Amino acid sequence: MIELHVILILMIIGAVVAMEIKDLLSSVIALGAVGIGLSLEFLLLRAPDLAITQLVVEILSLVILIRATVGAHMPQERNLKKPGYFIFAALFVCIFLWFTAKAVMQLPVFGQPVMKMGSLYIAEAVRKTGAVNIVAAIILDFRGYDTLGEATILFTSVIGVLAVLRKTGRKP
Amino acid sequence: MKETAGMSIIVKRITKITVSLIFLFGVYILLHGHLTPGGGFAGGVIIALSFIHLVLAFGKDVALTRMNLAVASVIESLGGLLFWGIALLGFLGGYFFLNVLPHGRPFDLFSSGIILVCNVAIFLKVGAGLFSIFLALALLRMPVDDKETHR
Repeated sequence: MIELHVILILMIIGAVVAMEIKDLLSSVIALGAVGIGLSLEFLLLRAPDLAITQLVVEILSLVILIRATVGAHMPQERNLKKPGYFIFAALFVCIFLWFTAKAVMQLPVFGQPVMKMGSLYIAEAVRKTGAVNIVAAIILDFRGYDTLGEATILFTSVIGVLAVLRKTGRKP
Repeated sequence: MKETAGMSIIVKRITKITVSLIFLFGVYILLHGHLTPGGGFAGGVIIALSFIHLVLAFGKDVALTRMNLAVASVIESLGGLLFWGIALLGFLGGYFFLNVLPHGRPFDLFSSGIILVCNVAIFLKVGAGLFSIFLALALLRMPVDDKETHR
C-alpha cells in the first residue's frame, strides 16, 4: 500500500506545481504527470479498464492542450497580496477541511464491504450476459442506461465545440 | 511529397510505420472489450489518436484526404444512432436495453450478445467525436501556427 501513497503525494505535488508555475507549457506538462499518476493508481488498485481509459484520454487531452498552449502567451496575474483575500481563502479551506473530515469518518473501510448489488453482479454477470469482462457486462448491459447518458453528454459537448469553432458564418 | 507541411522527414518516416500499429491495437482493444480490459471508449480514443498522429506529422492537408470534418461528424452521429437503436432493440424482449441477441459461449470472440455491438457503437461515437474536436481546433489554429517557426 506504500506505493499508492507515494504516487498520491507525487500527484499532489504535480497539481500544486501546475497551479503555481508561471509558464503555461510547464503547467500543462505537470498536469500530464498528475494524469499518468492517476492511471498508475488505477493499475495498482486492480482496475485495468479504468487505467487504460485514463491513460489514452490523458494522452489525447495532453496533445490538445499542448497544441493550444504552445505560442500562446497569457500572463498570469495573481492578486493574492491583499489580506482580505487571504483571510477569506483560509476560512474557506478550514470549512472545507472540517466537512471533509466529517465525511471521511462516515466512510466504510477502504474496499471492504461488497454491496448487495455488487455481489449480485459478480454472481450473475457471466450467466446473464455471456461477457467474461465484468466491467463491460456492467457498463453496457446492467447499466446501459447510464452509458447512454454518457454518450449523450459526449455528443452534446462535441456539438458545442464544433459550433464554437466553426469556419462558416464567422465574423472576420 | 511536399516537405513544407508537417514535421521533419524522420517523424514522417516513423509515423508511416507506427500509425497502422496504433490503429491495429485500437481495433484489438475494441473487439476484445468483453473479454479483456478495454472496450469501445478506450479503443475509440486510441484510433482517434492514430488519426491525430497523422495530422500532427503530415500537416492537415495530407491527413484531411483520408478523413475530413464532415465525414467524422456523420460517423459520430451514426454511432449515437446505433447505440440508441440497440437500446430500442431490447423492446423486442420486453424492456429497454435487454440483451436480446444470443449470448454464445463465454470466452468466445462472438459472445455476450449486445455488448460487442454496443462497444462498436461507442467506438464510432467516441473516436469520431474526439477526432472532430481535435480537427476543429487544428483547422482553427493552423493560420496562427504557420507564422511561428518554433518547430
